[in-house]
Amino acid sequence: MNKRVDPINLAVLHTRTRHDSGPKHVTGTAEYIDDMAEPAGTMHAYLGLSTRAHAEILAMDFSAVRGAPGVIGVLTADDIPGENDVSPSHKHDEPIFAEGRVQFWGQPIFAVVAETRDAARRAAQLAKIEYRDLDWLPDVRAAQQAGGKLVTEPLKLERGDVAAGLASAPRRAKGAITIGGQDHFYLEGQIAYAVPGEDEDVTVYASTQHPSEVQLMVAQVLGIRHNAVTITLRRMGGGFGGKETQGNLFAAVAAIAAKKWNRACKIRPDRDDDMQATGKRHDFVVDYDVGYDETGKILAVDAVYGARGGFSSDLTGPVTDRALFHCDNAYWYPAVRARSEPLYTNTVSNTAFRGFGGPQGIMACERWIEDIAYALGKDPLDIRKANFYGVHENNVTPYHQTVGDNIVHRIVDELEASSDYQARRDAIIAFNRTSRVLKKGISLTPVKFGISFTATWYNQAGALVHVYKDGSIHLNHGGTEMGQGLNIKVAQVVADAFGVNLDTVKIMPTSTGKVPNTSATAASSGSDLNGMAAWDACEQIKSRLIAHAAQLYQSDEADCHWVQGGLQVGREFVAFAELVASAYLNRIQLSAAGFYKTPKIHWDRATGKGHPFYYFAYGASVSEVTIDTLTGEYTVDRVDILHDVGKSLNPAIDQGQIEGGFVQGMGWLTTEELVWDAKGQLRTHAPSTYKIPLASDVPPVFNVQIAEWSVNPEPTIGRSKAVGEPPFMLAISVVEALGMAVASVAEYRVAPQLDTPVTPERVLMGVERMKEARG
Amino acid sequence: MVEVANAIRFLLNGEEITLTDVAPDLTLLDWLRLDRRLRGSKEGCAEGDCGACTVLVGRVMSDEIIYDAVTACIRFVGSLHGTHVVTIEHLRGENGNLHPVQQAMVDHHGSQCGFCTPGFVMSLYGLWMRDPQPSRRAIEKALQGNLCRCTGYAPIIRAGQAISTYGQPQGDPLWAERIAVRETLLRLNDGKRVEIGEGERKIFIPASLDDFAALYEQYPEARIVAGSTDVGLWVTKFMRRIGPVIFIGHLQELRRIAENASEVRFYAGVSYSEALPIIENSFPELAPLWNRFAGEQIRNMGTLGGNIANGSPIGDTPPPFIALGAKLSLRRGEHRREIKLEDYFLAYGKQDRQPGEFVESVTVPLLPQGELFATYKISKRREEDISALCGAFRLFVNDAGTVGMARIAFGGMAATPKRAKAVEAALVGKPWTMDTVEAALPAFAEDYQPITDMRASADYRLLAAQNLLKRFFLESQGEQVQVKREVA
Repeated sequence: MNKRVDPINLAVLHTRTRHDSGPKHVTGTAEYIDDMAEPAGTMHAYLGLSTRAHAEILAMDFSAVRGAPGVIGVLTADDIPGENDVSPSHKHDEPIFAEGRVQFWGQPIFAVVAETRDAARRAAQLAKIEYRDLDWLPDVRAAQQAGGKLVTEPLKLERGDVAAGLASAPRRAKGAITIGGQDHFYLEGQIAYAVPGEDEDVTVYASTQHPSEVQLMVAQVLGIRHNAVTITLRRMGGGFGGKETQGNLFAAVAAIAAKKWNRACKIRPDRDDDMQATGKRHDFVVDYDVGYDETGKILAVDAVYGARGGFSSDLTGPVTDRALFHCDNAYWYPAVRARSEPLYTNTVSNTAFRGFGGPQGIMACERWIEDIAYALGKDPLDIRKANFYGVHENNVTPYHQTVGDNIVHRIVDELEASSDYQARRDAIIAFNRTSRVLKKGISLTPVKFGISFTATWYNQAGALVHVYKDGSIHLNHGGTEMGQGLNIKVAQVVADAFGVNLDTVKIMPTSTGKVPNTSATAASSGSDLNGMAAWDACEQIKSRLIAHAAQLYQSDEADCHWVQGGLQVGREFVAFAELVASAYLNRIQLSAAGFYKTPKIHWDRATGKGHPFYYFAYGASVSEVTIDTLTGEYTVDRVDILHDVGKSLNPAIDQGQIEGGFVQGMGWLTTEELVWDAKGQLRTHAPSTYKIPLASDVPPVFNVQIAEWSVNPEPTIGRSKAVGEPPFMLAISVVEALGMAVASVAEYRVAPQLDTPVTPERVLMGVERMKEARG
Repeated sequence: MVEVANAIRFLLNGEEITLTDVAPDLTLLDWLRLDRRLRGSKEGCAEGDCGACTVLVGRVMSDEIIYDAVTACIRFVGSLHGTHVVTIEHLRGENGNLHPVQQAMVDHHGSQCGFCTPGFVMSLYGLWMRDPQPSRRAIEKALQGNLCRCTGYAPIIRAGQAISTYGQPQGDPLWAERIAVRETLLRLNDGKRVEIGEGERKIFIPASLDDFAALYEQYPEARIVAGSTDVGLWVTKFMRRIGPVIFIGHLQELRRIAENASEVRFYAGVSYSEALPIIENSFPELAPLWNRFAGEQIRNMGTLGGNIANGSPIGDTPPPFIALGAKLSLRRGEHRREIKLEDYFLAYGKQDRQPGEFVESVTVPLLPQGELFATYKISKRREEDISALCGAFRLFVNDAGTVGMARIAFGGMAATPKRAKAVEAALVGKPWTMDTVEAALPAFAEDYQPITDMRASADYRLLAAQNLLKRFFLESQGEQVQVKREVA
């Protein structure tokens, strides 16, 4: 276990291999859960949702629902055999169906089960719920003013003497930034489909990033043991964190119905219900007080990270923790105090989303960098460089981990040169001097992102590899495929391990019956963990095959070497299939369960100290924008990216993660605005009102480079680095470029202080503030 | 008496379909996925905005078949009479290989989670058949109605640019079979009126425009459905029962565009896509607006008549058409009347349309020589977004440099599309200068008291509307003041 991984050949690994499902995607034959053939008698469930933000439920009348055509029955909290809870933090604060009171608009209260989805959906409208309205808390500021009830324990990170640092600082940047949330907008919505078995058994096909947790939740709500529940999925139509915990409820409802009526049951909400009933990226308000000197060097940082947790804990604790872990981005703070406020609000419970709080932490950090730059009249890039972590000194994080692999200087220097940043910035300043209405901006921002689950026990993975008599290979691992290319990467590892062609390796659906006790496919860790676990399984089989070959050919094991296509035994070459067939006849076990746990990491949350991250991933981007100061409309004209993925397992897949992550991040920071009305209803709950980027939002010039020289100093699989989340934060340069364009209106003397998302409205209002400041 | 048939007939991929029992609100997507078990087309939003359900619908237009990309989620099966529905399952390459569009997508890593991919393939397929070597801008435009959350679109754009290196449309089965398909479609739609079902399940497919007028006069309670880009959502989002329904999207007479030296008459069933060439030619100032609203699929489905008739305060065609002085022709049976478009919108949700009466055409005068005209759409996302506000400005400046005439109309600023009469009054008779513009700005607050909603705040709407007048002035002075996205 955890042995050094230097693959025996490089036939497939580190190459631009296409996504295994590509041909199925483009022909429409890739199967998603809603596409599976349903057994006869399949029922359909549909949720009934709260139409109050916070209210006591006085009465519920389902007579019209039950009498509607095609209705089989209604499920409420009373119909749950086990516990009415799907809280992933095990705080037992997240009921499947509201009991006694509702805590947000869109909270599930009941489910209708009917012969068709249409019948269930129509019938769900017929319920009569009587409410008595209660006071409610819409957002961070309201929750803080009401006393700041928390959904989970806050975290504090502290290092150095903050009070002294602030007191002695020649200059201060004080303020607050509001950072908006984000809907996942996975194209395939939430869906689950349960098939009852004998005894207590149930199999649930669930679109989830976390099958083992769905298994736990289904067992918990049914009051049965985990071994009676099997969770299976082939693929998701996108996840982005939105299917880490948010699928639990749907799987549970389908399973309850399936067992109650002993018929298969599918549940798939409409997009509007999906967006109202499931959690999103947390919006934050970060209050900060930063001391710095005349050169722009930061002396002390004191910040409070208020997050809209929603009505339950869900993952708000770990998300706000990760915001604090990224309060430094790539910068050294001589003294720092960061505190989280995971606040209770009467809104949907916010959850995991690509970056998991990290983007909000970095966004806030870049805000005060910008404040400092404008106050001193300098290029923000100079302030960034002045504060970068050192390589041998000034390299301890607020959580007391030493940054030992710092490559931010090289990344930024190379990108600054390749993007021609300085000359373009000069040209933009010249343009802005003469252009009355249109203004331009440019910005370079870095990213440093910690890799590992901060819940240390999550950093483990299993795999199950079978080699069949004909030499074909079955690959099972505990990760889930949501489009990120995890399956192809792990298959590349296995193909290379055995020296076989990729088409010899069949990638199986993820199943809790094959690999138990898995972690969520999250925190960018999928290929790090599952690639290693699969590698371990292969190594076990290979060592048995070598022992067998050595005996068969009366050779030394030391003389056996894996080569492409099979095993070199001394001067003999044995083809893989031949070796396997012979091993079978000699009763050699051709199956192995692999395992991996990330070394070196530890974390003590109570003291705020430890080594929570195995390593860091780095990147940087330069964005150039043009704004219209009459309307606030803008275009992102050019983006250059240099990003570190270590030694890439698959540059094509990694490039896709970088490009896709950037654009998704740009959506979060520009057009994706979540708007609740005065009654607490989310008004942006479908693509007609919630605007993710389009093809025409991709920058006309979009240069994406992988830092090809980078090699992970840690012995990860193929010396690669995680890539799922870090590129998301590259989009922060778009905000800063918009900020520069806005600030040009007042000669760059006033920090633009744009809250996000930076909609055209926010740009125009920023311009108006600048006009006032200019006088 | 018109002859009546009792079946909806169309071609699904290679199979002739005859349906004698169809609910008027049955969507093509549900029918494909649930009844036909063709599950390549996906439901992502059920409101025509994400494009995961994109299919092509072919219809006979004189000598040829036009294939339009449409969103199956809000297209009703009842509207398919005489058409050729082509789904992702029908896309095939030679010798069982992938189709050029599919191969390009695979080779350029154009799919990640894959859920949106069949829709992208169909949109790119539709584009490639009419424009095999599209510019990047043409690709972006064809994909305005397709959302992808994984790839960031860059690889899809690269795939779109490469398709023709994998094959030409002339090698495509749909192209090769077009003559036979056209004959089949002409046989399936034999020109009779179609009637199916009873009561709320009643579907009428009129034989002609006159037949439609007669039917609607007889059944004024019936719902007219043309492109279903609005009514489709009543069904998929609000679960409203819409029957009885009269489908009119197939009526060629309603898709006419008549031009003369002074005006253009658009019949109500003209789609935005069909109107585009005329818009570009006769109203070039409106072309940027046309290319920004909705996505390709919706522009292929939605009609000018629908955009006006439904009375939405945020429809994008009424402001410029009001500014241009458009007239609406309303028809009930054989009776026709003409009103000014601006008089049609009475109040929110209330239009000047009598039971049994329908919008037959809108006549838009050409801009007289020497007049200034511009329409500006402001939305949170630049393309495929509903306007926060949409303003149209038309002005005549006489030789003395004073404003002789001003017509300004906005959408998104009031409960209906509405003229800015106080602003107009503040401009007329004054010299066309920035001082005049500045002096006219307070008048916006007299004309409009906009609301705050999820698209914009009231403050922003008012300020942006005022600033658009400044933009209009600056542009009239030749200054470049709009952001422009420059792509190859």
